[in-house]
Amino acid sequence: MSRYLRFLVPLAIFAVIATFLFKGLDMNPREIPSPLIGKQVPEFSLPLLEQPDTQITNKDLLGKVYLLNVWATWCVSCRAEHETLVQLGRMNKVDIYGLNWKDERAAAQTWLRQLGNPYAANIFDKKGRTAIDLGVYGAPETFLVDAKGIIHYKHAGPVNPDLIRDKILPMVAELKKKG
Amino acid sequence: MMFVRSFLLSLFFLVFATPLHAATLAEYTFEDPQKAADFREVIDEMRCLVCQNESLAGSNAELAVDLRNEIFDMMTAGQGKDDVIRFMVARYGDFVLYDPPMKPSTYPLWFGPLVLLIIGALVLIRALRKKSVTQETELSNDEQQRLDTLLKQPSDSKDAKK
Amino acid sequence: MIPEIGHYALILALSLAIIQAIIPLAGSYTNTHSWMALSRPLVWGQLLFLTLSTIVLANAFLANDFSVIYVAQHGNTKLPDLYKISAVWGAHEGSLLLWAFLLAAWSAAIALFSRNLPLPVVARVLSVMGMISIGFLLFLLLTSNPFDRTFPVPFEGRELNPMLQDPGLAIHPPLLYMGYVGFSVAFAFSIAALLGGKLDASWARWSRPWTTVAWVFLTVGIALGSWWAYYELGWGGWWFWDPVENASLMPWLVGTALMHSLAVTEKRGAFKSWTVLLALFAFSLSLLGTFLVRSGVLTSVHSFASDPERGVFILIFLLVAIGGSLMLYAWRAPYISGGGRFDLISRETFLLGNNLLLSVLAGLILLGTLAPLIYDAMEWGKISVGFPWFNKMFVLLTPFLALLIGVGSISRWKHTDAAFLVKQLRVAFVVSLAFGLLTLLPLFSDGNLMVGLGMGLAMWVVTSHLVNVKERLKHKAGFNGFLRDLSGGGRSYYGMILAHMGVAMFIVGVTMVSNYGIEQDIRMSPGDTANIAGYDFKFEGVSEFPGPNYNAHRGRFLISKDGEQIAILLPEKRTYFVQTRPMTEAGIDWGLTRDLYVSLGESLGGGDWSMRLYYKPYIRWIWIASIFMGLGGLLAITDRRYRTARKRASSTSTLTAGSSTPAAAESHS
Repeated sequence: MSRYLRFLVPLAIFAVIATFLFKGLDMNPREIPSPLIGKQVPEFSLPLLEQPDTQITNKDLLGKVYLLNVWATWCVSCRAEHETLVQLGRMNKVDIYGLNWKDERAAAQTWLRQLGNPYAANIFDKKGRTAIDLGVYGAPETFLVDAKGIIHYKHAGPVNPDLIRDKILPMVAELKKKG
Repeated sequence: MMFVRSFLLSLFFLVFATPLHAATLAEYTFEDPQKAADFREVIDEMRCLVCQNESLAGSNAELAVDLRNEIFDMMTAGQGKDDVIRFMVARYGDFVLYDPPMKPSTYPLWFGPLVLLIIGALVLIRALRKKSVTQETELSNDEQQRLDTLLKQPSDSKDAKK
Repeated sequence: MIPEIGHYALILALSLAIIQAIIPLAGSYTNTHSWMALSRPLVWGQLLFLTLSTIVLANAFLANDFSVIYVAQHGNTKLPDLYKISAVWGAHEGSLLLWAFLLAAWSAAIALFSRNLPLPVVARVLSVMGMISIGFLLFLLLTSNPFDRTFPVPFEGRELNPMLQDPGLAIHPPLLYMGYVGFSVAFAFSIAALLGGKLDASWARWSRPWTTVAWVFLTVGIALGSWWAYYELGWGGWWFWDPVENASLMPWLVGTALMHSLAVTEKRGAFKSWTVLLALFAFSLSLLGTFLVRSGVLTSVHSFASDPERGVFILIFLLVAIGGSLMLYAWRAPYISGGGRFDLISRETFLLGNNLLLSVLAGLILLGTLAPLIYDAMEWGKISVGFPWFNKMFVLLTPFLALLIGVGSISRWKHTDAAFLVKQLRVAFVVSLAFGLLTLLPLFSDGNLMVGLGMGLAMWVVTSHLVNVKERLKHKAGFNGFLRDLSGGGRSYYGMILAHMGVAMFIVGVTMVSNYGIEQDIRMSPGDTANIAGYDFKFEGVSEFPGPNYNAHRGRFLISKDGEQIAILLPEKRTYFVQTRPMTEAGIDWGLTRDLYVSLGESLGGGDWSMRLYYKPYIRWIWIASIFMGLGGLLAITDRRYRTARKRASSTSTLTAGSSTPAAAESHS
């Protein structure tokens, strides 16, 4: 190394660090990517929210592209995204299944009656065991699953119309095309 | 864009959370003290996912309680530390581990300090070699004089100049 | 109207800072005496206005002026006055104001204690301080004004974060910031020297006491934070490797390296360009810490209300301050002369080794702290780096540091005979080895190698320094000689000894508490007794206890050993009225050889509670060690050679005392 060059090393190191810091400003350190992308929806067998005596399993959901939305009545931002989900449901472009997470059955039913029910069906996960298998770490979370039961996308936090239009619906269309 | 992000972030803090639940580690009792220690170690070294930098052991978030219960059930059913780690990583990724796993993508992390030490040591040795063969370039008389007048005192460092 | 005075004072301080950054510096180049002489009054003016600002903010808290947003967010009528004052620096805006105020205070200290410095040097140093001040004042005024008003005025404030309502934490930030900001002085001296092209032993001599004082503040500040975490978080831990803790440890490590390397530069004129770089890094890392804590790029328990907009500002500030100074370094450092020759076995070499290890430690903390960010940015997957990784790395590297301490402090400048070292240290080595092996016996640790290593190293640090002192006093007439030495030029030497004894204590504390600490999570009913390490913890129940702005559940424990009562512990769990978060106050019976620690968990109904009981052997040694280090630093700066003004009078005696025993004089730190 030349005599002058080596005194540039500290500056170079700082430049690298500063680049990362700059990139860091636009990243969310709390967002955790799901290791389940590309994997099967975990096995479960749980009662439906609406019919406590009817069990639903992961196999019942095979054969169609669908969104799996994790929600609960105690979750404030679930309420914030609910309207968006209702509108998405009206579009009839994709089925939405709800995973009602650690909730009270009566409260959840009232919520759906009052705010509208965009869900094809709601899986009632009282103990939160299936949510753990799904790697859920907060509500709301939304998974996109294909006809073979493989998870293709996960969004943590409330969904918004932009996200649905720009990201979710195009992916849905593509997955449906593949069959 | 910055604004949007800061808004989302604050939203995240405000509403994206799980409720708090009174929790305690006293409920978890094992007959085998080794198992108890393993349990404690594994929940200490796992990161709670919803809270700011808290371990599974230290968090009162409901999800943390659920996960502790799950891990406790696994370990009482005879599974070991490694099984628990595999279980958690399959669901939440490496993010959940405070002790990053050793694999190609984490080599920079694990061996970085060593590389740093080796580079530093090489530079040091080179500098030392050079130092021990270069000529004496102590303060010149002129410099010494300037130093003395600046400090208005006789220099203590004279003793180093034999 | 009053808060506006505070705001206005900030603007005036900024104006003064701008003038201070430009005029004296220009004067130093054009050799205009009046321009350079302006630097001191400007600094005093800045200090005046920033003091005013700080007082105005404190007054707003005391007067419950909730029309000020910052006060509305962090003040409360029920808050005790002490915490109304500490609320000034309890959150982002106010703590920045404290930064700016302390920076002005340090600048004023330079102005005051720089009578012996040539005016151009003073002018340049204070100009650099002015530039840093501009950065912080702009940051305050543009993104974080603590005097912003709100309307309608709330009736009540949202109160200071309960975690911060504690005497220990009330003084922790000022001490810590005194350390961070203090490194700006060494930074300013370095920049001034690079600008002026004069990097010589006198530069090192001026920088040294300032660096040491800043280091002492940082040491005590960090220790206080650790002590606070210990009794307030309820987990019995003393260090968590949280990003915010790391942000304070990095400048500390680099500052420690800087102190040692300054010694070489002062004594031997060597390592100059390296020493300058360390001075730049010590302060740069302090700034980086500010960025990490306030920008929201990392998650941390302590993180301030983070805001990417502020992040952008600090990043630009970092680019200008760190990038600019490193550019200056790359430009001027190649012309720094090399300094004196020394042999492979010499004090210089060992101090370089110490510098290498300390820098690698600081570098690995930086790596570990930023790794989650780097991995995310490179899309290598999200990871967390926590205490297990840091502990492994530190356990691997720090033993070498402890080994070097003993060898380095006894070896001589320029050249040391290997035979001399062996002769001096063989007894210490054998004793330490024997002691380390002894602790492996079944009676003590039953083969726990970490205990053997730790105790052996602690003994090594102690015995090698005993040999060192004995060697120094060999030619001095007994105890009187020691006293004369201590009153004369030997203080920096004894300061070093004291600080290094602190290191030994620290090793003992860490080794003991991490290997013999006992923890028990337990459910207890009133009347139950739990036994840990031979102590009986009798739980007498929990009662409610009202505080000024909180309600507490207070547990009562009788601690006894062999049937004899030794303490009553009253751990609390507080619920603050405004911020309903529960807070723990551990009940601790402290002692030199062990702490007994009770933390109240949750009420389980029927008077039962979950508890965490701890036996923490020698944990106090960790914090006492930091007091030793701090006292060592203070002793060192009272060394005669820094009291330059008084030196002329006693110059003849210095000469004789200093050169009568060359060997001893050489081992000045």
